[in-house]
Amino acid sequence: MRRRAFLVSVPALALAHATGCADPRSHSQAVYLLVDTSGTYAEEIGKAQLIVNYLLGSLQPGDSLAVARVRSRSFSEKDIIAKATFDQRPSQANAQKRAFKERVETFAATARGSANTDITGGLIQGALFLNETGAGRKTILIFSDMQEELDRATIRDFPIDLKDIRVVAVNVVKLKTDNIDPRRYLGRLEVWQKRVEAAGAREWHVINDLEHLDRLLKS
Amino acid sequence: MADSPFWMIWPGNAALSALTWFVIAMPFLYAARAPMHGLLRSLGQLAGGPLRLAARALLASANEMRERNRAVLLAQGREETGERLAREFERVAVLVKRDLEGYPALQRKLLDEITRVEEDYRKCGEVPPPPPDWVDAVAAIAKIKPNGNELVQRVLEEINRSIREIHDKTLAEYRRAYQSRHKILDGFMPFWRSLDKTLTQADRKMTSLAERASAIDAQMERYEAIVRKTDKAEHALTVSALTQFCISALVLAVAAGGALINFKLIALPMSEMVGAGDYLTASLRTSEVAALVIIFVEATMGLFLMETLRITHLFPRIHNLPELMRRRMMWASFVLLVILAGIEAALALMRDMLIADKQALLQSLAASQAPVADGWLGAIPTAGQMLLGFILPFALAFVAVPLESFINTARTVGGAALVILARAAAVLLRTAGNAIRQLCKLLITLYDVFIVLPLLAERWVKSARPGALRARRVDLEAGKPS
Repeated sequence: MRRRAFLVSVPALALAHATGCADPRSHSQAVYLLVDTSGTYAEEIGKAQLIVNYLLGSLQPGDSLAVARVRSRSFSEKDIIAKATFDQRPSQANAQKRAFKERVETFAATARGSANTDITGGLIQGALFLNETGAGRKTILIFSDMQEELDRATIRDFPIDLKDIRVVAVNVVKLKTDNIDPRRYLGRLEVWQKRVEAAGAREWHVINDLEHLDRLLKS
Repeated sequence: MADSPFWMIWPGNAALSALTWFVIAMPFLYAARAPMHGLLRSLGQLAGGPLRLAARALLASANEMRERNRAVLLAQGREETGERLAREFERVAVLVKRDLEGYPALQRKLLDEITRVEEDYRKCGEVPPPPPDWVDAVAAIAKIKPNGNELVQRVLEEINRSIREIHDKTLAEYRRAYQSRHKILDGFMPFWRSLDKTLTQADRKMTSLAERASAIDAQMERYEAIVRKTDKAEHALTVSALTQFCISALVLAVAAGGALINFKLIALPMSEMVGAGDYLTASLRTSEVAALVIIFVEATMGLFLMETLRITHLFPRIHNLPELMRRRMMWASFVLLVILAGIEAALALMRDMLIADKQALLQSLAASQAPVADGWLGAIPTAGQMLLGFILPFALAFVAVPLESFINTARTVGGAALVILARAAAVLLRTAGNAIRQLCKLLITLYDVFIVLPLLAERWVKSARPGALRARRVDLEAGKPS
């Protein structure tokens, strides 16, 4: 890779000089991880930590990462557990990552389950955060069973905007009822796919094996 | 029936249809014979003419290029051989100054030693005086036999005693004389050795001079051949240029490998300086370009250093600078190179630290145990990287030498390759032109074969005419074939 960069850089340097400008596109990546803390899914928080650690290890200087929890009402900055845009300098970025990891560990130790699950609110909040970063590649990871449960006062049945954002449902565990009738599980995922695609999302993926996440984030 | 092609006059019978069309077309084709022949000939000339022209032009260009290449090659060769000759003469001058400067002293020493040897030799030749002449008379008397006379007996005894005394004295004298001559001969040895040593020295110096002289002769011969513009000289120069081109290309490839390692060493730490998130193109980071720029600057400084040291001659302006300015520039280049080498060593250290930091972070993220520090063993790669970072810029500085050779020989090799290409293209174009013309001739013949029946009819009609019959008869009488 480096060798190719070396060979490419000679003509590219001349070209950059000739055109007099650098590449204006953003090459950074922003990831927003929604962690479901409702009901029994709160037990999966350990896996969420693993994902956070993986993201910290793979994101580059200049990339952004935010971890937010999904509660009864999740459209709030207060639900963002930790967020950071890593410094351009690798040494500073590493220090930021260490601090980020500690904040997530503290949250994992004190997390409590919520009564309801507002995934839509978390998605809207995540989209706002990602658009603010101005990153070239934007991804929302939803660490949830994708079973949305809202109280009567919460209104979420309106179209949302997820334009140019890749949405990935991670570790979508099967509920007891899903085991009785798998169509419920598949139907739930299909409903979410339609909703996300209708919101203008670039891609929709479901990843239950965390090893596949690596390939997805690198693409 | 409806499926039959439009040209089928006899549906379902393609052969008959084709024959019918052939018969219908034949008179028209016969009528159009002359213009069709002309058209085909014109087409052949239209396509073949420009191709032949292009081939000729290419050949002319190739010859011109060859002449120009030859002129440049010979000029380069003359310059190079001239420089070599000048260098040989300089060496001879140094030899003459160093060795023959002391020649008068050497000669004097030799003469002194020879004189001393001669004197000693003369001394060796000095023999002790022979015994007195009366010894013979005494000896004759001594031979007289004793007859009992006491007086005679006493005289003889006296003579005998005298003779013995004289004999002993003379013998002692001879022994002394030979002893002294042996001493003189013993004294010869150091002089002989010194003489031998001095002569060996002189011989060695003369041999060295003779070797240089033979080298000059060879260079002179080459120079003369170049001046005479012989084919042999041109061939030798071309082969030499090709060899140099290959060698310098190989060395440049090795240098490119060194530059790649250098790039790898400093690309990561450069992101600490210019940031890791800026991109010049979709896949090229600014930090990588910055690293590359540093390598280029180092190579440029090396180039200037070699230039100011007069090892390379890529920039005539630098070469023609006043001595003081040249020295200043040389020191400036050297100092900058040292600074850049120092920066590279620091960057190499930073790279190691960044990698270690990243490793520590990844280990903490993976919640695995931190590895046990391996003491001074762990410091070896760091020291090695720093050393490489410091040495590589200086190694890259020497790229100027093969680069110059590459540039100088590339003109010759490129020119020769261009000539070969132009000639090959000319041959191809000429072949294509000829092929097209022959094809047109073939088409004309085929056309005549196609309308062979009307042509036979035409010949028959012509031969049936009275004038034609007469002409044929005349031909037969003259023995000409019809």
